Amino acid sequence: MAAKSRGSSGSALRWLGVAAAPAALALGFLWAGGWLSPHRVTQNRLMGELHDAGSYGHGFRRAHSKGVCVTGRFDASGAAASLSKAAIFHEQSVPVVGRFALGAGQPYVTDNPATVRSMALRFMPADAPEWRAAMNDPPVLPLRDAQDASDFFSSQRIDPATGKPDPARAKAFGAAHPWLQAAAEKNAHRVITSGFADDTYHSLDSFLLVGETGTKTAVRWAMVPVQPVAPADAEAGGRDYLFQRLIADIHDHPLQWHMVLTVAGPQDAINDPSQIWAQDDRTIDAGTLTLNAVESEDGGPCNGLTFDPLILPPGIVASDDPILQLRSGAYMRSFSLRSGEKRGPSAITPAMTQAPAAESEKKS
Amino acid sequence: MKPAPSFSLVARVLHWLMAVMILSMLFIGVFMASSLGPGYHRLVSLHRPLGIAILVLALLRLTYRLRHAPPPLPSDLLAVLKLAAKGSHILLYALMVALPLVGWGMLSAGGYPIPLWGNGVLLPPILPHNPAVWSWLRSVHTVLAFTLFGLVLAHIGAALFHGLIRRDGVLESMTGRKTPL
Repeated sequence: MAAKSRGSSGSALRWLGVAAAPAALALGFLWAGGWLSPHRVTQNRLMGELHDAGSYGHGFRRAHSKGVCVTGRFDASGAAASLSKAAIFHEQSVPVVGRFALGAGQPYVTDNPATVRSMALRFMPADAPEWRAAMNDPPVLPLRDAQDASDFFSSQRIDPATGKPDPARAKAFGAAHPWLQAAAEKNAHRVITSGFADDTYHSLDSFLLVGETGTKTAVRWAMVPVQPVAPADAEAGGRDYLFQRLIADIHDHPLQWHMVLTVAGPQDAINDPSQIWAQDDRTIDAGTLTLNAVESEDGGPCNGLTFDPLILPPGIVASDDPILQLRSGAYMRSFSLRSGEKRGPSAITPAMTQAPAAESEKKS
Repeated sequence: MKPAPSFSLVARVLHWLMAVMILSMLFIGVFMASSLGPGYHRLVSLHRPLGIAILVLALLRLTYRLRHAPPPLPSDLLAVLKLAAKGSHILLYALMVALPLVGWGMLSAGGYPIPLWGNGVLLPPILPHNPAVWSWLRSVHTVLAFTLFGLVLAHIGAALFHGLIRRDGVLESMTGRKTPL
């Protein structure tokens, strides 16, 4: 053995030296993982809050749980080609896999026109990286960052006594987040349409288009229906009537949307999806989405995917909107959780998405 | 005591370069896997190329190690400690190779595009699209990362034990110092 002659205090100091470095690293590691900061909004914490707010789980998406798969194509108009080098803005017949869903976390929820509706898309150009996008029908997102999201989902916690969120909590959330009030009011006064087919879906977050020469243009976009828009029915139909109407519509004729880009004006906030943009912003019709087939999620092409809005092709980059980061992380966590769970049948079954012989007559 | 033979310069450069990379990678990983904050995407985008760089370096280093025997451990070291040293080094090499491969494989099975640089340079998938496999590998990635972090801590503790308690020249054979601390 080597020298042991420095006395016990020297030896203790040396042993302390041996232990200190690994201990410091271990502490740093715990800090980095969020275990020492209970107030940090972590992925696990948000999943817990969604669960407490009634998200069903069991193999289903933690939010937007009731859905159906669609397929079709996207044809660029060329009008946005100078703003972005992304293949999607240049090419014709880009294959698309998509998903329509209701925003709630319950996969068997009864269809209600007032529930947030979403359209998610995966664009797959033949020779370029894919693009995924997830859009909702309210025009803005009344959340500014991860803390807002955590506060909001906590306020939606299900009260075991009533089986519903406590209205007092929702009210308290509104009072504590006055900066979200304008967005909430804007969404509350939106036009509620008759179904998925005549709805407009918004990117919510802003993105930067990157041109061939590196020019950057901040945009939001909306999928605006070609189908005539009708107001929601006064009385709701059966449990799945919005989905059944969508299925009948797609079997009857391809459904189309224009992808309308809105270019940010000098006053528009590009890092905050809760901010409403100016009414006179320039818009560009970038192309047409055509959806011509519908399938159940069970065995369909959209279930084993997450529509992470940060899966972007060259020519589109994320803005510094914190909600994009939140969505990317939360979707990843939801996707890994649900993919490891046993999943029951979807509300919209393969039998329901079959081409109906007689169904098309009772449509609209 | 006589100075123990050192690791070669190549071995030392590879060791210290990878030490920095692997520790950074473990901290980036544990932070981003819990994060929903503003740095999330940037860290994920750094995690992938750093992981691939570690994989390439680990394979180079393993090849080098198999062709160049390291300096022997002190002859008076307890047999059980020698065994622990050998076993932990084998595990360290195994994890340096396995962790990037599991990460690459899990993203492949999840149907994710795997950008290596920017969003234009993609890695090809190494597994077919299978969400159940994605979920399983995602958990395996976490378990292996925690195992690697634990091993790294033990490795640092052992190195300091050699350097501060035994003062047998083993730490210096990697730091390159001529005399024990």
